[in-house]
Amino acid sequence: MAKDYTITHLKQLESEAIYILRETAAQFEKPVLLFSGGKDSIVMAYLAKKAFWPAKLPFPLLHVDTGHNFPETMEFRDKFVEEIGAELHVASVQKAIDEGKVTEETGPYASRNGLQTVALLEGLEEGQYDAALGGGRRDEEKARAKERFFSHRDAFGQWDPKNQRPELWNIFNGRKQHGEHFRVFPLSNWTEMDIWQYIKLENIELPNLYFSHERECFVRNGVVMGITDFMELLPEEKANVKKMTVRFRTIGDATCTGAALSTAATLDDIIDEVAAARQTERGTRADDKRSETAMEDRKKEGYF
Amino acid sequence: MSESESSAGYLDMDLLRFTTAGSVDDGKSTLIGRLLYDSKAIFEDQLEAMEKSSKSRGDENVNLALLTDGLRSEREQGITIDVAYRYFATPKRKFIIADTPGHIQYTRNMVTGASTANLAILLVDARKGVIEQTCRHAFIANLLRIQHIVVCVNKMDLVDWSEETYNGIVEDFKKFASRLDNIVEITFIPVSALLGDNVVDKSENMPWYQGPSMLYHLETVYIGADENHIEARMPVQWVIRPHSDKWHDFRGFAGRIAGGVFKPGDAVKVMPSGFESTIKAIHTMDGELEEAYAPMSVAITLNDEIDISRGDMLVKPNNAPEPRQDVDAMICWFSSTKKLAGRGKYILRHTTKEVKAIVTEVKYKVNINTLHKVEDDLIFNHNDIGRISLRTSAPLIADSYKTNRISGSFILIDEQTNETVAAGMII
Repeated sequence: MAKDYTITHLKQLESEAIYILRETAAQFEKPVLLFSGGKDSIVMAYLAKKAFWPAKLPFPLLHVDTGHNFPETMEFRDKFVEEIGAELHVASVQKAIDEGKVTEETGPYASRNGLQTVALLEGLEEGQYDAALGGGRRDEEKARAKERFFSHRDAFGQWDPKNQRPELWNIFNGRKQHGEHFRVFPLSNWTEMDIWQYIKLENIELPNLYFSHERECFVRNGVVMGITDFMELLPEEKANVKKMTVRFRTIGDATCTGAALSTAATLDDIIDEVAAARQTERGTRADDKRSETAMEDRKKEGYF
Repeated sequence: MSESESSAGYLDMDLLRFTTAGSVDDGKSTLIGRLLYDSKAIFEDQLEAMEKSSKSRGDENVNLALLTDGLRSEREQGITIDVAYRYFATPKRKFIIADTPGHIQYTRNMVTGASTANLAILLVDARKGVIEQTCRHAFIANLLRIQHIVVCVNKMDLVDWSEETYNGIVEDFKKFASRLDNIVEITFIPVSALLGDNVVDKSENMPWYQGPSMLYHLETVYIGADENHIEARMPVQWVIRPHSDKWHDFRGFAGRIAGGVFKPGDAVKVMPSGFESTIKAIHTMDGELEEAYAPMSVAITLNDEIDISRGDMLVKPNNAPEPRQDVDAMICWFSSTKKLAGRGKYILRHTTKEVKAIVTEVKYKVNINTLHKVEDDLIFNHNDIGRISLRTSAPLIADSYKTNRISGSFILIDEQTNETVAAGMII
């Protein structure tokens, strides 16, 4: 029998992502890779290293910094960036607030998540980037299920879901008018499980927030939140702060990223946990719970 | 915990991309929902959100379409307007579903979903049999060269699990399908998506059916021969030049293999220049490879210094495609605002190359319900399919779509709006 020329599904996803990353470098004048310090953007940056190896990344990383970070995220970010030999730019939400460009929400439910969009768009404009690579996956949320690899944004950074360009085979149309730009999602076809299995396969280092640890937490709307300096607690929440054994399934703004009660301390534990989980990972993000189409609304405005 | 979730099994899985076309009426959402639910790809919070949403819309049963119809306008109108991608895995395979609406006005979405699929599921309502929509879907699957078709005869519970009804549908479809030349394999499966018969487990209500369940078939259908492993093709995407001390003279031609097998030492020809050299090494960050084939992404170095850039293609001297500026193609017109007319000028994107193209002849359109040629109305509106001739401003290194889906396909882009207005398959 003839040799069976097939590759495993993880290798297919890897190859597809590398192809998208190379297309992005080739089709755009000034791409940038959005780096949050979360596992998806870590995997994406790692794949970018593979795509252009042995040369360096032909584009910088951009971190949209809400100023509400867990300290571990920042330490990890700087170390990681140095290791892959990339250039890092920071778009600061704090700066946008200080400059009076945005008004911060106040009160216990205050979140800087909405302001991220402003800082992101500013960061993109300042750097004159015409394509921003994001780690979004279609399995994360229903509004993302119809997202393209090359997602066109108008001059205001807005997404028009009804007017998306069709994507056939592996031909991607990145042509645009002056002032318009693209979001590019190389991990579109990956699932959460794929990401974890790939991290294990490739032995990629992650921030320790992803692994089980003890932390002062409280519960809001059924979501476990870590205590930080940036968050105002309601009296009954204050009364119920306690040490919990948790880990984070996504890493975003500390004020709206919920923790999961978990004892998963290793990659294998996490993989078992993800396999058994009956909640999608965005289920722990308070920002998506605001309305049924919350994600679509934020995406239309220019969110990742 | 099932075996798929242990790493050992997970790392060996391959990937099957399939497409489904149909409307809510024929049970497509129910079928997909069942596959997702039974393989545990739907999560508790998604199910909860769906139940909540169904209730507020006054639906009696949980409407699984709400899982894929995530856009506000789709929810409002109760229709799927776009291709939705869904993912699930079993211990044997990972699956990517391109779920597309079945109505004629969404032909372009079906074409898009079909372009990357290995397999298509065509749903037939057992009470209605093979109808116009079935033929249209089969025609599109064949046009896009999906080699494996599953005709899912659904709602068998509503025809008393009748073998006779099922056999009638099989005969009708076979008669029609004899005209479809790209399809390698057709599998017929009688199911009840609602009750779960033959979806994951074999049905006890249809002892006369000896074939596999839907999921078993999806897990085991052989797709290893789908790619072209004979004619070597690698469109160059990017030239890697590290400019570092360690890699001083390194010039790696980066791309994703579109066909054939490349090995170090192999003679290669660079198209369109025609220069020949041999492969020095095939690089990845994980080390050099002994061979590379589709769909791997690699970087190839050559033993001679040849000027190569994005848009060129590495091939083998013994089966190099002839560069050509005149191509005939079947196209599907996508634009809802512009029409295709004779002498129209477009940007044509083929593999990693972009050229200009002018329509030299519009040959015919296809009535995709009757499959008859239409020669008296040659204006292409959106969703129209037909045959045209093009002349390009520079030679294309193209194969026929029949022999290679990557080097045989292109898109047309409107120069003013940058909109993708058509998808083409080279004849």
